[in-house]
Amino acid sequence: MLKSLYINPEKCTGCLQCEMACSYENEGGFNPSRSRIKVFTFHDAGRFVPYTCTQCDEAWCLKACPVDAIVVNKLTGAKDIINDRCVGCKVCTIACPFGTVNYNSAIGKVTKCDLCGGDPQCAAACPTGAITYIDADATGLERMRSWADKINTQHAA
Amino acid sequence: MAWTKQILRVNLSNGTVTTEPLNMEWANDYLGQRGLATRYFVAEVDATVDALGPDNKLIMATGPLTGTMASTGGRYSVITKSPLTGTIACSNSGGFIGAELKNAGWDMIIFEGKAPAPVYLYVENEHAELLPADDLWGKSVWETDELIHKKHQDPQIRICCVGRAAEAGCLYSAIVNDLHRAAGRSGVGTVMASKNLKAVAVRGTKGVGNIKDPIRFMREVAAQKKVLADNAVTGAGLPKYGTQVLMNVINEMGALPTRNMREVQFENAHNVSGEAMHALRKSDGKPNLTRNAGCFGCTIACGRISTIDQGHFSVATKPEYWGNSGGLEYEAAWALGPNTGVDDLDALTYVNFLCNEDGFDPISFGATVSAAMELFAMGVITLEDTGGLDLSFGSAEALVKATELTAKGEGFGKILGMGSKRMCEKYGHPELSMTVKGQEFPAYDPRGIQGMGLTYATSNRGACHLRSYTVSSEVLGIPIKTDPLATDGKPELVIAFQDATAAVDSSGLCLFTTFAWSLVNIAPQIDAACEGDWSVEKCAEVGARIWNLERDFNMRAGLTGADDTLPKRLLKDAANVGPAKGLVSGLDVMLPKYYELRGWTTDGQLTEEIRNRYGLPA
Repeated sequence: MLKSLYINPEKCTGCLQCEMACSYENEGGFNPSRSRIKVFTFHDAGRFVPYTCTQCDEAWCLKACPVDAIVVNKLTGAKDIINDRCVGCKVCTIACPFGTVNYNSAIGKVTKCDLCGGDPQCAAACPTGAITYIDADATGLERMRSWADKINTQHAA
Repeated sequence: MAWTKQILRVNLSNGTVTTEPLNMEWANDYLGQRGLATRYFVAEVDATVDALGPDNKLIMATGPLTGTMASTGGRYSVITKSPLTGTIACSNSGGFIGAELKNAGWDMIIFEGKAPAPVYLYVENEHAELLPADDLWGKSVWETDELIHKKHQDPQIRICCVGRAAEAGCLYSAIVNDLHRAAGRSGVGTVMASKNLKAVAVRGTKGVGNIKDPIRFMREVAAQKKVLADNAVTGAGLPKYGTQVLMNVINEMGALPTRNMREVQFENAHNVSGEAMHALRKSDGKPNLTRNAGCFGCTIACGRISTIDQGHFSVATKPEYWGNSGGLEYEAAWALGPNTGVDDLDALTYVNFLCNEDGFDPISFGATVSAAMELFAMGVITLEDTGGLDLSFGSAEALVKATELTAKGEGFGKILGMGSKRMCEKYGHPELSMTVKGQEFPAYDPRGIQGMGLTYATSNRGACHLRSYTVSSEVLGIPIKTDPLATDGKPELVIAFQDATAAVDSSGLCLFTTFAWSLVNIAPQIDAACEGDWSVEKCAEVGARIWNLERDFNMRAGLTGADDTLPKRLLKDAANVGPAKGLVSGLDVMLPKYYELRGWTTDGQLTEEIRNRYGLPA
């Protein structure tokens, strides 16, 4: 069963545990600036929104890469970057409509979410369940359930 | 490890910025943040220094767990000599700037001297420089934050700064970071402004990676995060209601100081409670509370994000206040509400916004307004003194106007900015100031919660709830339930809380974790992260060392045991209603026992034996 990261901004408190878990897993340190998932704060609206790669099926980044450094991970569905092949041309960062592929000047390569090989650490670290890793075919289930709950069926019963 | 082992020294007089290695011997004795910065401070600053003179220093310090994944590991502290109390001031804050400073590679910044003209410090990893701030002077915290972000074209910069209250000399000015988090108490912002230092802007991309045993650390962090999540207070109460969960609880137990502590219960407390923040407003059908928010790394998320009804008198013609910002926390809600008799939640939220926007402590401010209201009720202060402001208890309009004046240091706001002690002395009624060592009380009446009386009296930074929060034990039963009306056992309890709190404050973690955690949960996280041995016993010893060092500084500054007291009202006038009816504070019973347990002399002086035991500097 293919799984997806499912992000519910309503539950996010902006604590950045996800960014630290991501940077620790991928970079070996607690460094939000190196995280592949980012939490955005919209202060005036009182909103916090975590955002990362959606792992598009028709992946712009993959198609744009001139050296085939981005490949589909058949197990997870993630679009993984093969560091040995990446030449740091950054075309994928332009191709991605969402900005979720980013250049890391320290290593001269691009980085993006690879779902931690199937065990995404951002989801594991999130204290509120704002980031979960669930069945890719049923990402709307929780939202359906909450709306279903609001339908008053007492009269029909 | 976990320390970056590098500190920045900024000489504002000369405009120089230098770096030096962290004194690891001191780090081993004082851990970090509050403790370690105090050790630096006492080594470098004469205790009799003029708090607002150039020879006072101001230290911003992180703890070894700041910037790590340990839950709530985002705190930083500001250490200086307080202009409000004349004692050591240590004020800490959450938000994100502490972690950003650590990510930039610094454990601590020491500011010394005074800049000849307004400046701000810009730090980008190892690059740090003072930049002119003439265009920022006179601007609010919120304007300053926006202008610096625009100037550097970097939305990711984290900023702490002072507002117009500090520039105007308000003695309880705060240093506000991330728009609505603050090192709020004891006037640390006033000191910062006195140095012509408007802001510190930080961008850190280096990360915190020097953990001693990363695998063990991650295991401990995950296990202790679960303890917080499973606890009723940190896992449910605080996320849902924030610290405002306490308003109705404390009121019911007859320990909610009301109208300048003349009473211990407020008849309309429910109108300004955590529950009220959730309720839909009659006026516009929306709740005050939008959501809860976490500081850096915090899995509790007690922070409040709130809005004000757009039609409310305070903001009806000011659309700039119609959006969301930091909402009421318990202490602020109490000081601005029950203590002034005001029960208008929207007015309190607006006033809270202004306290953040211009950087002043809502606890000291609210308590000062309430003392002014009592003087006004007695006819000691007149409309002539206030410039026409009708300072009647319960007047939301008066509170709002008083706040706007204090924010800018105008008119009667200049008097309110002196704080309750100086103001009451000025009008010939020092007994009406509800302060210890010049700092205003927070939201627990010592007649109804006896341990807090001893806490206030012995606090090293003047009256304060964050130096030993015995409310945990006396109200919530954490870690064990004690009788709030009894004095027995309270000296022991206060000492245990004081020492543990000093250690927690020095680690980089938030005190609120201690609703669920004790040093048993905290020490293993420090031990996994830091070189050296950080057992529970060592952490408690470090806490006691810090407490005695702070006390030593205060004694050198001229304070004596006679300053460990409470206003007469709490010692002589019994509570008139509620469970504490008929009781006064039993400080006279608790204090001698406290001195004895601390190993001090009967008049509260440190002994040679204690100095030697903790290796205090000569």
